[in-house]
Amino acid sequence: MSGTLRKVGVPILFIAIVLALWEWAVWVNDLPDYRMASPSDLVPKFWQFRELFLIYSWQTLWRTAAGLGLAVVVGTAIGMVMGFSRVAREGLYPLLVGFNAIPKATVVPIVALIFVGRHDFNTILIAFMISFFPIAVSVSIGLSTLEPEYRDILRSLGASNLTIFWKIALPKTLPEFFGALKVAVTLAFIGTNLMEIVSPHGRGLGALFDSGRISADYPLMFAVLLMLAILGIALFYVVVFLERIFAGWAERAPG
Amino acid sequence: MTDLTIELREVSHAYRTAAGKLPVLDNLSIKVPKNSFCAVVGPSGCGKSTLTRLVSGLMIPDEGQVWLSNHQVTSPRPTVGMAFQNPVLLEWRTILQNVLLPMEIVKTKMTKDEQMARARHLLDLVGLTGFEDKRPSELSGGMRQRASLCRSLIHRPEVLILDEPFGALDAFTREDLWCTMHDLRAEEPFTCLLITHDLRESVFLADQVIVLSGRPAHAQHILNVDIPAPRTLDDLYTPKAVEMLATLRHEIQVAQGRSVAEPAAKPAAHARGPIPGAMG
Ligand SMILES: Nc1ncnc2c1ncn2[C@@H]1O[C@H](COP(=O)(O)OP(=O)(O)OP(=O)(O)O)[C@@H](O)[C@H]1O
Ligand SMILES: [Mg+2]
Repeated sequence: MSGTLRKVGVPILFIAIVLALWEWAVWVNDLPDYRMASPSDLVPKFWQFRELFLIYSWQTLWRTAAGLGLAVVVGTAIGMVMGFSRVAREGLYPLLVGFNAIPKATVVPIVALIFVGRHDFNTILIAFMISFFPIAVSVSIGLSTLEPEYRDILRSLGASNLTIFWKIALPKTLPEFFGALKVAVTLAFIGTNLMEIVSPHGRGLGALFDSGRISADYPLMFAVLLMLAILGIALFYVVVFLERIFAGWAERAPG
Repeated sequence: MTDLTIELREVSHAYRTAAGKLPVLDNLSIKVPKNSFCAVVGPSGCGKSTLTRLVSGLMIPDEGQVWLSNHQVTSPRPTVGMAFQNPVLLEWRTILQNVLLPMEIVKTKMTKDEQMARARHLLDLVGLTGFEDKRPSELSGGMRQRASLCRSLIHRPEVLILDEPFGALDAFTREDLWCTMHDLRAEEPFTCLLITHDLRESVFLADQVIVLSGRPAHAQHILNVDIPAPRTLDDLYTPKAVEMLATLRHEIQVAQGRSVAEPAAKPAAHARGPIPGAMG
């Protein structure tokens, strides 16, 4: 009981402290809205645009989740190929690293040009492109560093490679996979919003941010940022929840 | 021929390393009759674990042949049970699920309930009752080793290969488990190949003890242990057993490449042997 209280209470307390400090800093420095909005300015904005916030949040959220899902599928597939084949690993690594090094903000206009008008698809694509790399790397490392002793337990009984993958390699790699997925979640949000802001098409929180910028509604812009943070936290904890279920064994009791 | 379960015919093997070929086994021949117990001792790094990997079919020898029950070994066989020197357990499974793992691979006539009952029985034999639902990370090294022993036995293997299975155990638990091994063999016969560095263990458990030479290893000495069953720990302190231990100790020293005189005379052998009555 006190455990769950601490798990929920402590983060909320910390968030409250940060918000209070924010409010205090704006008040003490007497900053105008266009320099820095304070939390108390945001509440009316949330209320004023509550319907738009709901609609746009949903649009951003589902496209981020879709991009992330794609990243999981493709990233895991690439990771498996690189994990099992040394040739593929040596061949694909420089390609992947190179691709990952390209700033995605520069890719957005290109993608927007190639697939003109297909907003949902474009957004999902960018979210995917920015977030699959850590997944691919972690899966490949997890598989390629699997201790031969683990494999031998089943191999000595004549098990097939597929069985070894399902019973040993896959579960053993899950903790690394979830570690990467946590990074990928936040990256995917960046990807979605890059598309929504750099190549606006009137959808998602990025569009709301953009309209805030156009109408010089600074508190609205800050409110959007806060909303993005909230969505990011929500999706992050969905991953944490899944991790508990599928890789909870990796969590050691403290001490 | 037919009554041999494990047979190595002039097996040689080398590892290919960055520094070139490392010959590990050299013309090694071993014969283990059906349902008998063979212990292998030898200096560290001489190739004992390599031998277990060849017998289990995890590796194929460069030269020579390995036969198991009249089949030449070219790949792993489900009739083999193996406990590795490094007893890895799957951290995401409970101890009971770890022990049951081979049943998910090997075809069996046992029902789920029978499997479960057998797993619990084996865990009980090695003193792990009450730990069935614990995770491997909650067990000590010696407990993990015992769980891995249960895993190697769960599917009633014809051939059991044990690579230093009692290495991480204290002397008392170890002697308990020696007796457990004897009980198990009386219950359900199997052929066993045991790698060990404990000479008393080899004499107490085995029908023959093979001393491997230093690397590259061949069978330097084969000692037949003709202590009749049922054996008790007291049998280790008979003059005959003490003499066998002295012989083995001498052979190991030769294998290690130390210059030694001929087997020490009887009194000296006593002096270096186990202190009578110290244990057991
Ligand atoms: N995969 C490998 N690649 C290259 N060399 C190896 C490999 N495995 C073992 N060796 C070498 O082969 C030799 C024999 O190894 P092995 O593990 O069979 O020894 P061992 O007799 O079991 O030793 P110990 O008693 O210490 O367990 C060692 O010198 C080791 O360095
Ligand atoms: Mg070894």
